[in-house]
Amino acid sequence: MPPRVNVDKCDGCRGENEALCEAVCPGDLMTVNEETGKAYCRSARDCWDCMCCTRVCPQGAIETRIPYQLGYYPAKLVPFAGTDKVTWTAVDINGKVERFTFRTRNK
Amino acid sequence: MPAAKLVTDPAAVQEVHLETDILIIGAGNAGCFAAIEAKRVNPDLKVTLMEKAHIDRSGCLAAGMDAINTYIKKGYTKEDLVRWSRAQVGGGPLREDLTLSMAGYLNQCIEEWEEWGLPIKKDENGEYKARGKWDIAIHGADMKVILAEKVREYGCEVLNRIVATNYLVDNGRAIGALGFGVRDGKLYVIKAGATIIATGGAGGLYKPYTNDGNDAHHQIWYCPFNVGTGYAMGIRAGAEMTTFEMRWCATRTKDYNGPIDTISVGYKAAMINAKGERILQERYAHLGGDAAPRYIRANAPMEEWLTGRGPCYVDTTHMTAEEIKDLKTDYLNERPSFVLFLASRAQDISKEPIEIYGSDPYIVGGHTASGYWIDNDRATTLPGLFACGDVAGGVPNKFVGGCAAEGLISGRAAARYVAGLADRGMIDREQVEAEKRRVFAPAVRLAAEGDGVRPREMEERLQRLMDEYAGGVHQFYRTNRERLEYALKHIKTMREQVKYLVAQDLHELMEAHEVIDRLDVAEVLLHHLMAREETRWPAWQTRADHPERDDERFNCFINSRRNPQTGAIEILTRPYEPVVEEK
Ligand SMILES: Cc1cc2nc3c(=O)[nH]c(=O)nc-3n(C[C@H](O)[C@H](O)[C@H](O)COP(=O)(O)OP(=O)(O)OC[C@H]3O[C@@H](n4cnc5c(N)ncnc54)[C@H](O)[C@@H]3O)c2cc1C
Ligand code: SF4
Ligand code: SF4
Repeated sequence: MPPRVNVDKCDGCRGENEALCEAVCPGDLMTVNEETGKAYCRSARDCWDCMCCTRVCPQGAIETRIPYQLGYYPAKLVPFAGTDKVTWTAVDINGKVERFTFRTRNK
Repeated sequence: MPAAKLVTDPAAVQEVHLETDILIIGAGNAGCFAAIEAKRVNPDLKVTLMEKAHIDRSGCLAAGMDAINTYIKKGYTKEDLVRWSRAQVGGGPLREDLTLSMAGYLNQCIEEWEEWGLPIKKDENGEYKARGKWDIAIHGADMKVILAEKVREYGCEVLNRIVATNYLVDNGRAIGALGFGVRDGKLYVIKAGATIIATGGAGGLYKPYTNDGNDAHHQIWYCPFNVGTGYAMGIRAGAEMTTFEMRWCATRTKDYNGPIDTISVGYKAAMINAKGERILQERYAHLGGDAAPRYIRANAPMEEWLTGRGPCYVDTTHMTAEEIKDLKTDYLNERPSFVLFLASRAQDISKEPIEIYGSDPYIVGGHTASGYWIDNDRATTLPGLFACGDVAGGVPNKFVGGCAAEGLISGRAAARYVAGLADRGMIDREQVEAEKRRVFAPAVRLAAEGDGVRPREMEERLQRLMDEYAGGVHQFYRTNRERLEYALKHIKTMREQVKYLVAQDLHELMEAHEVIDRLDVAEVLLHHLMAREETRWPAWQTRADHPERDDERFNCFINSRRNPQTGAIEILTRPYEPVVEEK
């Protein structure tokens, strides 16, 4: 079950020309529901789990899930992106937490 | 931006006409370097990139990379790289002339990327941190974004979300391309002095073994959105292709399909079988052991499974806590969801090794030698058309650095070609009309008939056919003449069924063309597999009915060309011409 959008957090990227998750998805899978103004993945099956949408979302509204056919519930991997750094927090199915911070570009 | 409605009457499709000096199709790794270099040769040139996705996050580099596999370190020469590359493909054939010219620009591209912002890891001497003989370690999570910024800074025109479908052809010469906007639903007619194809390789020709139910269909290694359109456009226009039978199949982390070299080379984790035996050292010592050629390393664990000694693993149980943290950081730079995958199995890799398995086969000229037959300028056999990166053939083991270097070479050559052009040809109005009808046919069909074949159904039919009959992972990569004949017969039927494809929106229209393109690539692939009556690279190419290697007949390139008039695929051979002597 690849990207899941938390509809309470997603604001449809109002103010942007195009929703950011929609703009970056290399598979044209993220799109915004015109009625609700919230983003969703139009075909979970076709998702590459590249996490580009999850990383770009300014509201932290997208969570990537490994398809249940391959991995168990409820592991999480949450990015927090700065301008030249990123911090990832991983939580495994038993609640064990790991954190990673590294550079993403030279100053 | 809500997508436009899919027009169901071709006469109502809006056309956008553009003219440019150099048109680059595919704004990935190679395409971006081609664009930048063309601008450097002549800043006055208009350079246009036509990209199916968004230049910031498209193609192989979308999620990032943790290594650049080809960089010439101190003490090594270009010739050394050729020798190594030759050994990786079991002695050939490969285009050594092209490998040499590529090698001349590897370091320049990588060092420039660093200047533009890409963090490259350093060792204690301040040199790039080595991983294997030719690999260096990077923090490449945002390398594509950094490259895209540079393309804009150089003043190139970027057209995002435009899917290329065919070349504009005038008297056998490429004069640009046609495509459609997956957001605006318009037909793009882009006329160019020179055209560069850089659309990457082909994923999704074969059924992946993770394809259960709905959710794991694209859990594959290669970018599933690179479907081989560049090859298909060339095939349809009659360009010569090479070495499609050398498929890239690789050992990957099982179920997740993540790159394995990160672990096995980077952290010296040996491949082991169910009995804990070091597979390569114990069974393949005569072929180089842990340093055996890549196709041997792809075949070995699958061979173990087949003979009852699977599952197989890379043994990470010797790794320290610090090394494990580094390894996970590497993955967060390249395929971040691997860390999620481990978490979703609560797997501690210092106690439990990582399971491995073979991937579905891909056609990817950045790894093996499949693609357009090109000359040293990266010019294809279609005048006016250049090819670079995964879509170009002849040079195995290019990887990130080599695709970038080839982009640079083709950008330079295209700029020179445009400067020498006497005329830029004429657009054939009939071709544009015919393409408009072809592209929008699935929408017309749905409106008129209300029924037909969904792209997904055809894609899954194709993938199953290729998997079972043309040496997919479920058949441990084996095929034979009879199976190939069966597959060819069914591909022919499927090609006749293309007229039944239906699409309900622009996204599905793109999917329809993705499956059409895959059919064209698969057909050529079958002909290549049929022609090579030997087994040269087990796993990459295993002919169960010809299990031995036959140097007398086949130490040469197998090339093909589809006759644009009759549609018949002609096979020809070209000699392998080594230029670098063994040491
Ligand atoms: C998961 C993964 C890990 C890898 N790891 C490494 C590594 O660690 N080190 C290394 O050196 N190499 C690695 N590689 C290989 C390397 O990334 C590729 O060989 C190289 O980047 C390919 O460059 P390219 O420009 O040919 O293709 P891409 O960068 O994929 O560019 C192709 C572009 O064409 C666009 N496109 C496709 N079809 C169309 C169309 N119809 N119209 C318009 N545009 C289109 C795509 O959207 C994309 O932007 C890896 C590849 C993958 C997939
Ligand atoms: S990027 Fe985030 S906030 Fe914006 S539309 Fe997508 S999910 Fe919603
Ligand atoms: S994870 Fe990648 S492929 Fe999947 S929806 Fe997000 S951006 Fe698209």
